[in-house]
Amino acid sequence: MSKHFAPACPPLGLTGDRIELAHGGGGLKTRQLIEGIFRPALAKRSDDFTHDGARLEIDGARMAFTTDSYVVRPLFFPGGDIGTLAIYGTVNDLAMCGAEPVALSLALVLEEGLAIADLQRIASSIRDAADAAGVAVVTGDTKVVERGKGDGVYINTSGLGRIIAKSPIVPQRVQPGDVIILSGDVGRHGVAVMAMREGFHFETEIRSDCAPLWAPVRALIGRGYDLHCLRDLTRGGLATGLIEIALAAGIEIMLDEHGVCVCEPVRGACEILGIDPLYVANEGRFIAALPEAEAAAALECLRGFDPAAAIIGRVDRATEVGAVVVDTLGGKRALDLMSGEQLPRIC
Amino acid sequence: MRHVDEYRDPAAARRYGDAIAQITTRDWILMEICGGQTHSIVRHGIDRMLPWGVSLLHGPGCPVCVTPASVVDAAIAMASRPNVIFCSFGDMMRVPGEAGTLFTARASGADVRMVYSPLDALAIARENPDREIVFFAIGFETTAPTTAMAVLQADREDLRNFSMLVSHVLVPPAMEALLSGPHNAVQGFLAAGHVCTVMGYVDYEPLVRRHKVPIVVTGFEPLDLLQGIYMCIRQLEEGRAEVENQYSRSVRRNGNERARAALAQVFTIEDQAWRGMGEIASSGLTLAPAYARFDARKRFPDIVVPTPNPSECISGDILRGLRKPGDCPAFGTRCTPEHPLGATMVSSEGTCAAYYRYRRLEAGEMALRRRA
Amino acid sequence: MCLAVPGELLEIEGDDPLSRQGRVSFAGIVKMASLAYVPEAVPGDYVLVHAGFALTVIDEAEAKQTLAYLAAFEPEDLA
Repeated sequence: MSKHFAPACPPLGLTGDRIELAHGGGGLKTRQLIEGIFRPALAKRSDDFTHDGARLEIDGARMAFTTDSYVVRPLFFPGGDIGTLAIYGTVNDLAMCGAEPVALSLALVLEEGLAIADLQRIASSIRDAADAAGVAVVTGDTKVVERGKGDGVYINTSGLGRIIAKSPIVPQRVQPGDVIILSGDVGRHGVAVMAMREGFHFETEIRSDCAPLWAPVRALIGRGYDLHCLRDLTRGGLATGLIEIALAAGIEIMLDEHGVCVCEPVRGACEILGIDPLYVANEGRFIAALPEAEAAAALECLRGFDPAAAIIGRVDRATEVGAVVVDTLGGKRALDLMSGEQLPRIC
Repeated sequence: MRHVDEYRDPAAARRYGDAIAQITTRDWILMEICGGQTHSIVRHGIDRMLPWGVSLLHGPGCPVCVTPASVVDAAIAMASRPNVIFCSFGDMMRVPGEAGTLFTARASGADVRMVYSPLDALAIARENPDREIVFFAIGFETTAPTTAMAVLQADREDLRNFSMLVSHVLVPPAMEALLSGPHNAVQGFLAAGHVCTVMGYVDYEPLVRRHKVPIVVTGFEPLDLLQGIYMCIRQLEEGRAEVENQYSRSVRRNGNERARAALAQVFTIEDQAWRGMGEIASSGLTLAPAYARFDARKRFPDIVVPTPNPSECISGDILRGLRKPGDCPAFGTRCTPEHPLGATMVSSEGTCAAYYRYRRLEAGEMALRRRA
Repeated sequence: MCLAVPGELLEIEGDDPLSRQGRVSFAGIVKMASLAYVPEAVPGDYVLVHAGFALTVIDEAEAKQTLAYLAAFEPEDLA
C-alpha cells in the first residue's frame, strides 16, 4: 500500500464535495464514505471494516479491539445518557466479536461552557454502566474546545476484549439455511431520543433500551452454539443491521416482519409520527445468525434474558445480494438502506 | 391498535383481490390523490394485487411534494433571519428549493425546529417573547384547520411574535384541473379519506356530474384501499358515475362543520402554483384580511425569492399521472433519495421515493398479478 | 393525505372551545390532542388525530358495519 495515499477525486460513489449530516447516519452514505475513502486508504484485507471490531492475535492470545464515538443529542434522555451509551456501545461491539470486555479507554471532547454538574452526571453514568458491564475504564483523555465548536460533549471509547468464542463470529460465516434470532423488542431508543430532542411530549415515557449485551452472548457461547454472526442494532435499526450482514455475507435474508416484537407504546408512537420501527435505532438489542438445528435451544437461552427474544428470519441463497425480503399482500419487497434519519411525516 | 389492525387482515385482503379480478372485464385507469394512500399502497403491495389491466396512478396528493420551490426558498430566507425561530413539520425540512433545504439552513446556523403540530409552534412563541416565530403552514384541507386554530388562538391572545408562511392547497380544484386537462386518461378516483373527514364529499358531486367519473372516498389501511378500488371498478363496470363513501367510519357527507367554519373564517381562497404543475385556479388558501398580521409574507415583505431554474425533473408529469418514475432519465442515477431533484423523491411517500424504496424486486417477480 | 391515527380519548381538560384538549391513548402511548373540532367527544370515544388535533369521532356503528362487510365478503357472491 502506498504511503502517499491519493484518493481518486471525486471518490467512487460519493456525490458532492462536502461532508453532510447523512454521512453519519449509519446508512448508505456512511457506507459510501467507508468504501470510498477509508477502505482504499487503510484496509489491508478484504474483510477489514466489515464488522464491529477487529480481531488480533498477540503472542497467541486472541483479542478483539474496537472503537466508537458518541455524538448523541440530547445528552440526557429517558433510560440513559451519552455516558451510558459510550460504555455499552463499545462493550457491545466487543461482545459481537465473541469477546469478553477487558478494558476501555475514555476520551472526552468538552465544549467550553458545559455545566460541571452535567459532566458529573455523565461521569456517574459511565461508572454505573462500566460496573453493570463488568469492565474497567483504564485510561482516558480530556480536551476542551471553544464554545460553539462542540455539542456539549463528544465521547470516544475504545475497547479491548478477550475472544472466547472458539470459531470466528463474522458475517462471512452466515450461510443459506441459517436462522436469525432477535434478542428483544425494537424501537425504544430511537423513539425515546427523538421525542426528547424534538420536544414531542408523550405522556407515556418511552425509555431507551440501552444495555450491555455480553451476558446473553456469553451464555450462548458457553452452551457451545455455533454462532455464525452477531450484530448489535444501533443507528438505522433492525433493517440496517440485517442489510449490512446480508451484503457482507453475500446472501439474502427472508424477514418475518410479524415476528419482530415492537412494544405497544413504541408502536403507537411510530404510528403517530409515521416512522417505521424496523429502522428506528436501538442500543441494547442484537441479532444472531446460527444453524437451524440450534435455533430453538438458542432462543430458549436468550428468552431467559429477555422474554421478547424471537426467531425473525432465515438466510437464503441470494437472488440479489444484500436483499432483506419481507412479504406483503401484493408480494415480496426488499428493504432499502435508509439514507439519513427517518423524519416524522405529516402526510 | 384498534381501528387499525382490523383493516390489515390478509385473508380478507386476498378475497378482495379475487373479487376485483372477477369483476374486471376491461382495462381501467384509476388515480388516488393522497400521499398517505400512496405510501400504504406501495408498502403493502396493493397495486400488485390488481389485474394487469387496472392501473393505479399516484396523483398530486402529497403536500410536501406540491409545495413550490419558491415557497421553500422563502421559508429558508425567513429561517435565516436573525432572531427568527422557524418551525416546520419534519418531512418538509428535507425538501429542496433552489437555495437548499431547511436542514441545510439549520446547518448554516438558522434556528429551525421540527414540530408535530402548529400548536407546538404557538407554544414556542409564548415561551420566547423576544424571538420572532414563524410556522410553515403546509398541507391540504386536513391540516388547514389545525393552522386555523393556531391563528385563532394567537389572535385571541394578541400574540405579537407569531406568524405563518401559508401554503395550503385544496384537492377538488386539482381534480377539476386533471379532469379538464387535454391529456386526462383517469377514469375513476379514490378520494383522500382524511381530507374528506374535514371537508365531506359535497364538493365532489358537481365533479362527478360534470365529468362522469366515479369518485370513492377511501381510507388508508389495506382493506380500505381494496374495498375502495373494488367499489370504483364496480361503478366503472356498471357504467355508473357517483360519489361513494368507503371510509364511512370517519367521513360524513358534510364533513366536520366546525372545522370548515374555521377555514372559512381564517382563510380566503386564491389561485396557487403547484410544484411541477403550474398554477391551478382557486386551489390555495391565504389568510383572510382580518388575520393578515399573522401572514409571514407580510411580516417579511423584503424576502426575495429566486425564480426557479428549469431542471430535468419530471415530477409534474408524474404527479399528473402522465408518466412513471421509470420514465425519468435521472431516476435512480442523478436523482435518488439521498440526492433528490424534486419533491416526489424527497418525501417518503413521494411516488419516486416510494418506487425507489419498494421496487427493487420488480425484475424478479413471479405471477403476483392476476388476469381477469 | 395526511397521517391521522385513531386513539382512545381518556380524559378531557378544559371547557374553553378554542383550547379544550384531551388525553388520547394510541396503543398505550398517551398524547394530548386538541378537541376544538370535536366538542361532542366524550371519554371512551375513539378520535382520529392529525397534527395534534382530533378531526372526528370514529363512528363505531359504521366501523362495525364496514368490518362485518369486509369479513363476510365472498367473491362468489358476485355471480
